[in-house]
Amino acid sequence: MGKYVLRRFINYFILAFIATVTAYITSSSFMDPASRYRGQNPPLSEDSIRSILNGHGTNPEVPILERTWHWLTNIFLHGDFGTTVHNSPVLQEILVRAGVSLKLLLIGSIIGAILGVILGVWGAVKQYKTSDQVVTYASYLIIATPTFVIGVILMIIATGFNNALGTTLIRFSGDYSANIDPGFVPWFTDQVSHMLLPTLALVLMGAATYSRYQRSVMLDVLASDFIRTARSKGRTRRTALVKHGVRVALIPMSTYFAYAFGTLVAGSSMLEVIFSWNGMGQFTINSILQSDINAAAGSVLFVAVLTLLASTLSEVLYAALDPRVRI
Amino acid sequence: MATDIPISTDPDTEVVTKRSKPTSRAMLIWRRLRSTPRFWVGGILLAFFVLFALFGNTINIYSPTDQDVFALNEGPSAQHWFGTNTIGQDIYAQTVVGLQKSLLIGIIAGPCASILAAIIGSTAGYFGGRVETIIVWFINLLLVLPSFFILVLMAPLLRQLSWTAIVVFLVLFGWMIMAQVVRNQTKAIKDRDFVRAARYMGVSTPKILSRHIIPNVASILIVDATLGVVSAILAETSLSYFNLGIQKPDVSIGTLLAEGSGAAATRPWLFVFPAGVLVLMLFAISLMADALRDAIDPTSGVNRD
Repeated sequence: MGKYVLRRFINYFILAFIATVTAYITSSSFMDPASRYRGQNPPLSEDSIRSILNGHGTNPEVPILERTWHWLTNIFLHGDFGTTVHNSPVLQEILVRAGVSLKLLLIGSIIGAILGVILGVWGAVKQYKTSDQVVTYASYLIIATPTFVIGVILMIIATGFNNALGTTLIRFSGDYSANIDPGFVPWFTDQVSHMLLPTLALVLMGAATYSRYQRSVMLDVLASDFIRTARSKGRTRRTALVKHGVRVALIPMSTYFAYAFGTLVAGSSMLEVIFSWNGMGQFTINSILQSDINAAAGSVLFVAVLTLLASTLSEVLYAALDPRVRI
Repeated sequence: MATDIPISTDPDTEVVTKRSKPTSRAMLIWRRLRSTPRFWVGGILLAFFVLFALFGNTINIYSPTDQDVFALNEGPSAQHWFGTNTIGQDIYAQTVVGLQKSLLIGIIAGPCASILAAIIGSTAGYFGGRVETIIVWFINLLLVLPSFFILVLMAPLLRQLSWTAIVVFLVLFGWMIMAQVVRNQTKAIKDRDFVRAARYMGVSTPKILSRHIIPNVASILIVDATLGVVSAILAETSLSYFNLGIQKPDVSIGTLLAEGSGAAATRPWLFVFPAGVLVLMLFAISLMADALRDAIDPTSGVNRD
């Protein structure tokens, strides 16, 4: 098992490497970093633009392969991922922002997944009953709503809530307040009041999607022979479902969990932009809009590493749940 | 989990039963659909929005590009049913045109992605070995490389091409997760007796895949194809929200929402109407998908003990 996981991990590591290099090369060929300096007033001379670009290692006159090689050797020899267009080290920027993004992603996706699985199983067991109908209608309504529309609606509700209370209990700008009293309790309340809306949005989206897939898989499982066998052996409906059904229904879901992660990352990037969180999502979108090659490649590396960890976790889960694929 | 209706074993009636099989299966599905309220709610809503997208503007005197200089920034009225924007364009007319584009993108991209997922996923799972390794490796590479990032990077290119380029990109980056699910399901059923029997009878591999493997993952594929319509439209709206998707002079629901969301609090009609139309239409498609899934799945009636 350990060897199997290690092999998968190395495999994903190579993938992450290729993905990042691909991202560097594509962004180098599609982006025009010089355009950022050409429009400036007073105008910069072509020579000074060239020297700025050389400093970032993004001068388009240097052949792409040479730039890529230079970028790679810097990473492996000095752990240096280059500088952003604002002259700050990319690695440092990522480390600062990663925590902000992970806070939202981890809490949101875990609560969302657990809630989705519970709702899906419940819906399948109570198929066509009122509770199933309510969950079905509600989750389709959420799936049908774009992330930013959910964000805007939550903000409108929160504004009404704050106005009704007369204090700003829920905050929807930024990921922390600048001036808070020292101590754990004020810090914690501040964190919660900032995290509530974006996390809620992510949980709603995750739970709605997971519950659909889980219900679908669970219905297939409920109709299968081994449930009938368990029932005919005298197991109650409840134990047959819990002991045999849910475990089997989770097998295809474990694959889905890992890869839905990519969608979640995209969703949380948008939420970061909407709620002005200073996280990786905002960093990625800004870096692309600003033609910042080093920062863009760095953001892809971040997402690649996350996906690598999620995929390895999914393989472990899959092998643990399904004896047929155990190696 | 047999997908076929029981065929009589009596050799005399076999031919007759087989010939009538397609109709009776369709009838069976239709009978189940008919009794599902979700199908009717979704179907009627969707029919309404499709008619709205096709003929909504024939009863409207304004075209999406007309500028009514006497009604700038006005709320809904008898003249402008959904209000007007800053330069006096009719939001109703724009919503109709935007809906056409968004619907078209979704209806092409969603099912195409699922078909690609079914073919690639079942091939990988069925053959196993080197074929599977290579496909899984490729899928993982595409998943590790965030598709949103690639779409954003390609935005300058997409701007020059038309909206069909966006459809192609949505298909190319929308099949991987489902292919993985299909692959794993295929691996689980490829050694079952009915597949083995077909193989020993000399049925060709493409036929085994299309007749025995894919029908057994069909229920999850149908949910995916229909949710794919929804997610393709959502992806387009999100890209357009960041001004990276559909470009002017093309209009989609996404571009309308991008313009309207900033004014959601002060001039709600710019946001509420396009958003409402979009959400309700996607809601209708999802409901129909769910009803269809229950109707197609031959086992869905079993859970009634």
